Amino acid sequence: MFSLYARRVWINRVGIALSMVAMSLGLIGLMWILWTLFSKGFAALSLDLFTQDTPAPGSEGGGLRNAIVGSGLILLFSMLIATPVGILAGIYLAEYGRISKFASFTRFMTDIMLSAPSIVIGLFVYALFVATTGGFSGWAGSLALALIAIPVVVRTTENMLKLVQTSLREAAFAVGAPRWQVSLKVTLRAVKSGVVTGVLLAMARITGETAPLLFTALNNQFFSANMSEPMGNLPVVIFQFALSPYDNWISLAWGGALLIAFLVLAVNIGVRVVFRQKDKR
Amino acid sequence: MSDQATISSQETALQVRNLSFYYGDFKGLSNINMDIARNKVTAFIGPSGCGKSTLLRTFNRMYDLYPGQRAEGEILFNGKNLLDKKQDVNLVRAKIGMVFQKPTPFPMTIYENIAFGVRLYERLSKSAMDDRVEWALKKAALWEEVKDKLQQNGLSLSGGQQQRLCIARAVAVKPDVVLLDEPTSALDPISTAKIEELIYELKNEYTIAIVTHNMQQAARISDYTAFMYLGELIEMGDTDQLFLKPKIKQTEDYITGRFG
Repeated sequence: MFSLYARRVWINRVGIALSMVAMSLGLIGLMWILWTLFSKGFAALSLDLFTQDTPAPGSEGGGLRNAIVGSGLILLFSMLIATPVGILAGIYLAEYGRISKFASFTRFMTDIMLSAPSIVIGLFVYALFVATTGGFSGWAGSLALALIAIPVVVRTTENMLKLVQTSLREAAFAVGAPRWQVSLKVTLRAVKSGVVTGVLLAMARITGETAPLLFTALNNQFFSANMSEPMGNLPVVIFQFALSPYDNWISLAWGGALLIAFLVLAVNIGVRVVFRQKDKR
Repeated sequence: MSDQATISSQETALQVRNLSFYYGDFKGLSNINMDIARNKVTAFIGPSGCGKSTLLRTFNRMYDLYPGQRAEGEILFNGKNLLDKKQDVNLVRAKIGMVFQKPTPFPMTIYENIAFGVRLYERLSKSAMDDRVEWALKKAALWEEVKDKLQQNGLSLSGGQQQRLCIARAVAVKPDVVLLDEPTSALDPISTAKIEELIYELKNEYTIAIVTHNMQQAARISDYTAFMYLGELIEMGDTDQLFLKPKIKQTEDYITGRFG
């Protein structure tokens, strides 16, 4: 009896030790990345980063203004596409098509889209949009990123709506409300913060996507707010500059990487703030 | 034996004829016949799973939301069969309101909770809507407690207040019938007493059908009581008569606490 107990205590210790090792391996990796990013990124931070455009090969200094504005525009329009499409599709799956064949097919496709490599989505938009409209453009970039964000929004919206208690849904039907009003005005409102969280997480997901933009928005060395032209953006600039032989380009790449890391951090904090508001009511 | 529990001399709001109900292959109600008297309180009692809530949910076709559930027979309301496929269910629900076991305020302001249902079927001016909201909240004996915080979220109220808000919401659309599905089982005794008083007031203008687990409650507030068991209507009649002199042995066993 005691030997059994002693054995269990020993197994417990080994288990804890192994999980500590696993955790520290993960943490060391993360800390290493963050440390490198912070030390090199902060060295590259300056006002020029926001006021000057990406430099020509061989010229001194320069900044990321065109890429920051380009990324902002591409992200804005991709979320403007992805949010309504994703939320409406999520409502369809949760409120209308709980058992229909078409809904389970849609759900299956959404899951595939969730795990599809982003480069495939970039190539898809290239073949369908860039090649047919005759050129790289900000619109194509937004479209590619939207395709990545939509399944994230669809699934979070659907999952949140499924958490709504049956009695609330029944109560809305019980006053004689048609299904679309029940969905938009009662159940969606009940899980508003969860849906907003899904949208923000989708945005965080696409903020650093590079591959789909390589085939769609390409890049633009000059400042442009024209969505129909190739457009500068942070991920592609980082990709090109990090591989370049110029010191100032490499430094700018670190600065850009830091900006993206901060944006993702800010979005995650935003998610927490949204969720906390829900608790307060 | 008493499957014809009709209240012949009374004016009836709902007439249930040969009603059977199925959850898939399972028969939840079998061959129910009864009349629900207008402007009276009818209580449904019986042990868990006896079909009393199922019966209530056929009156506003709530089961329509769930594929696999279906009803056979007739429920006549103003001369029309509610179970008819051609019957618009939203119109039925606007005329036959329902309050649930757990309070279910909508995630919006107290004012909007009431206005939501009214807006679906009436186009009122701002001042007329204000009046309607006040009227409904007064009907539900909630006005004095919330008149200064109509713009607060309905979820900020206490459980008992939330349930009265739900009653106000059901009354606001001016239905003919109000269905109450164990409306006080999640509430404390004081809130329960308030809601019971309210039911007593409301029967002057509305027909009320209430499902309750609490036999004393049924005895206190109802004019007629129906005892159900295993999906069948065992006995229905005058509440006093049913509790004091039940005609059927099973009813007597249940109300005296010998089973259930």
